[in-house]
Amino acid sequence: MPQEITFGEALLAAIDEVAEQDKSIVLFNPSFAGEAGQEKLAAFRKKYAARIKFPPIAEIGFCGIATGAAMAGLRPIVDLSTATFSYEAMPQIVNEAAIAYSNSGGNTNVPVVFYLKFGIRGGGGVQHSGSPQSWYWNTPGLQVVMPSTPADAKGLMRTVLTKSQDPTVFFGHERLLDNRGSVPDGTFEISLGKADVKREGNDLTIIATSIQVPRALAAAEKLSSEGISAEVIDPRTLQPLDKPALLASVKKTGRVVITDESHDNCGVAAGLAAIIADEGFTALRAPIRRVSIPPVPVPYSVPLEDYVTPTAERIVEAARALAHIKNL
Amino acid sequence: MLPDIPKEKQLVILRKMLMIRRVEEHCIRFNEEHTGLLRGHFHVYIGQEATGVSVCDWLNRDDYVFTTHRNHGHVIAKGGDPKKVLAEIIGRATGYCQGRAGTFHVAAPEVGIIHTSAIVGGCLALAAGTAYAAQVKAEKTVTVVFFGDGAMEEGVFYEALNIAKLWQLPMIFWMENNYRRATRAAGHAATELTNVPKALGVEAGVIDGMDVGTVHKTAAEVVGRVRAGEGPLFVEARTHLWPGNAFNMPKLVGGVMEIAWAWDPNKAPERVREWHKDADPILKYVRDLERSGVSRDEIATLDAEVRREADEAARFALDSPLPEARAALQYAFAGKGN
Repeated sequence: MPQEITFGEALLAAIDEVAEQDKSIVLFNPSFAGEAGQEKLAAFRKKYAARIKFPPIAEIGFCGIATGAAMAGLRPIVDLSTATFSYEAMPQIVNEAAIAYSNSGGNTNVPVVFYLKFGIRGGGGVQHSGSPQSWYWNTPGLQVVMPSTPADAKGLMRTVLTKSQDPTVFFGHERLLDNRGSVPDGTFEISLGKADVKREGNDLTIIATSIQVPRALAAAEKLSSEGISAEVIDPRTLQPLDKPALLASVKKTGRVVITDESHDNCGVAAGLAAIIADEGFTALRAPIRRVSIPPVPVPYSVPLEDYVTPTAERIVEAARALAHIKNL
Repeated sequence: MLPDIPKEKQLVILRKMLMIRRVEEHCIRFNEEHTGLLRGHFHVYIGQEATGVSVCDWLNRDDYVFTTHRNHGHVIAKGGDPKKVLAEIIGRATGYCQGRAGTFHVAAPEVGIIHTSAIVGGCLALAAGTAYAAQVKAEKTVTVVFFGDGAMEEGVFYEALNIAKLWQLPMIFWMENNYRRATRAAGHAATELTNVPKALGVEAGVIDGMDVGTVHKTAAEVVGRVRAGEGPLFVEARTHLWPGNAFNMPKLVGGVMEIAWAWDPNKAPERVREWHKDADPILKYVRDLERSGVSRDEIATLDAEVRREADEAARFALDSPLPEARAALQYAFAGKGN
């Protein structure tokens, strides 16, 4: 019987399954669980107490330590808690972890995982609402994983911990952590670079990442009541990226909305749009539309925050406009 | 002990400390009595009023103060308007930052608080920056950067301190040790945190941060010396964690403070009794004032005035409009720039 667990619990379960076997896994500040998983988190921390550190507030230090430990054969998982705290550690993540394999001519592996809780959380304001996935995607050498469901979170985390030798930035959206979903029994892996069609459709494609997947599914439901059949596809990982799956969907529908919770300029949606323009242009029957965050720091007050959030309604509006454009 | 200033000025200090306490109580009540006003974490300055108020008593309006996620008290201590502070805390258009900043980042340039960071250690180097600017412009302004013990775990602390010393910057590193970190995990290897600045040749002292007289005297000395070009200096003011701060989110565990607890501590609810009796910098100061001849009536009247003013500020905040949604797109840049 598949279980219903939360996104946070799925991450814990994946790490637990692997860490039981693999003694090279160590953890800094594991706090993955969300509200619902607090009991499981406490049990996890107890079980692995000998392999867990709670370092000082010293991001550049402990991210560097994790990177060095990975170079020396450990498999550290660093929970940076709020994603913007990773900005304090940029030099070690971007300018050391990401480049070491390349710099060594393929000799030095850095299997470290940086876990980032990201996104507009509700009242996080200018410094706690950040979505830096496009920064890390823009950094060659880093794998970027951003699942949308508990099952994907579990399967992808297992793959990262068992198959990957590269540094990984793993994104969990604050508002996904307590979402429940069905997770298959037993151990299973989901390959990096394998997109998943979350809903099939024919009239247009919505490419959505992380929190945008449930928003896109809600949008697709609304669109279907208006007679528009939307396909929702989740790349699940940005690096590696399943280009063939995305392009196949665009080829089928000819219309595409891309939605992600980073900023418009040079954001994830912009990067994906460029790939589709480069490699899928002849399939397009309308301009590519992006639904992301306008280029302004995420403000605190409710109406301001709501205004910049890429909601299901905004996806519906973008999709509706596209669906009514006649063939180019 | 009492600060060595005339009685009316001593009462101004009491008034400011009480205003911070009452505003922070309203902040917590916003969270406890309303839904959705404060959606995330927030932090209050209760228990640390003596240090912020006493330090700012020696500062001019154009002196710079930098603060932290625990900023409400510093903004009021520096002369900020409680109305605009409370309005900002709940994201109102009438707040200091028009609702964009919220509780974590209240900044009030009109009183010398030009930017507030909620990132631990986020303002230390910026403070060295305003001190450097004052040096370049040959101004007599000083910069005070308030931070907690946790900030000394960050690398930027060492970098800013080292440069401040090398360049002899006119600034005060004022560390308010509230032992918040110590309650969770030992975050620092140094047993005496002042050994760290001392290693770089920065003069550093430890004081009782709960005693107005002590803090006021120390502040007079360090502000005077830094203004005279002897900076940077470092002070560790030790405070005692208010019981309501011992949670993830602050709670008004003993209800709203009654000023009469100063002379009748047994009236305070048990959970907070010991703290108000032995630690509370405000009630300690009230007892010092009483011993020097200020009547209980005078103190109670002053507190009642402050409470009325704080209540009005809270009402102002609650009655204030939220910003227009479309204002979200403003202020990414000062100019068009493109």
